[in-house]
Amino acid sequence: MLKQYETVFIATPVLSDAQMKEAVQKYTDLIRSNGGEIVHEEDWGLKQLAYPIQHKTSGFYYLIEFRAEPDFVNTLEVQYKRDERIIRFLTVALDKDAIAYAERRREMRSKPKAAPVSKKVKEDIDDDLELPDEYDVEPIDDNKED
Amino acid sequence: MANGKKGEVRYLNPPTLVVNKKKYCRFKKAGIKYVDYKDPEFLKKFLNEQGKILPRRITGTSLKFQRKVATAIKRARSLALLPYVTDLLK
Repeated sequence: MLKQYETVFIATPVLSDAQMKEAVQKYTDLIRSNGGEIVHEEDWGLKQLAYPIQHKTSGFYYLIEFRAEPDFVNTLEVQYKRDERIIRFLTVALDKDAIAYAERRREMRSKPKAAPVSKKVKEDIDDDLELPDEYDVEPIDDNKED
Repeated sequence: MANGKKGEVRYLNPPTLVVNKKKYCRFKKAGIKYVDYKDPEFLKKFLNEQGKILPRRITGTSLKFQRKVATAIKRARSLALLPYVTDLLK
């Protein structure tokens, strides 16, 4: 039975566009040749890393959503580990909520004109949380009466 | 009443007049079911300035979603979308 997964990998920033395409091609081919199917691909481009990995401060992010047999994930990750171009990767299984979210996210990304609606919803949510700027720990009144 | 003296109640600080607003879980309220690790800007709301995960008693998140938030933050950290340790995140 096919299961839905999502994998993000970070490639070294020294790659040229063609080399990057080749790397992506390699993994999509790998998925297809192992009886999987690509659901969605996303190129995040060159991004700054939050902390250095292998002395690199940036990297090419690439996201692939795919459906495959559970055994295949291991094969994929072994390929990642052997590949010197890949400096970091993460593969997660998607449950039904995650799949629903991924579909909505895809829609939002495909038509950025329609995004403001969903974005507004998000802003509303953001405004809701009232986090004190500096939240102090519960006051301890022990010494007050002394 | 450390010295055992009975009498009027004295306040060192004026008693708080504003009733604390009840905290609530923003995920339950907004009907969000999945916490995305690919959105570091959103996850930053659950971090303090050093990049540590804020406890539930401050954010008001329900236990179910606190677990999901924690997982998402840890995934984002491993992908270098969020730092493990930092200063002045905000």
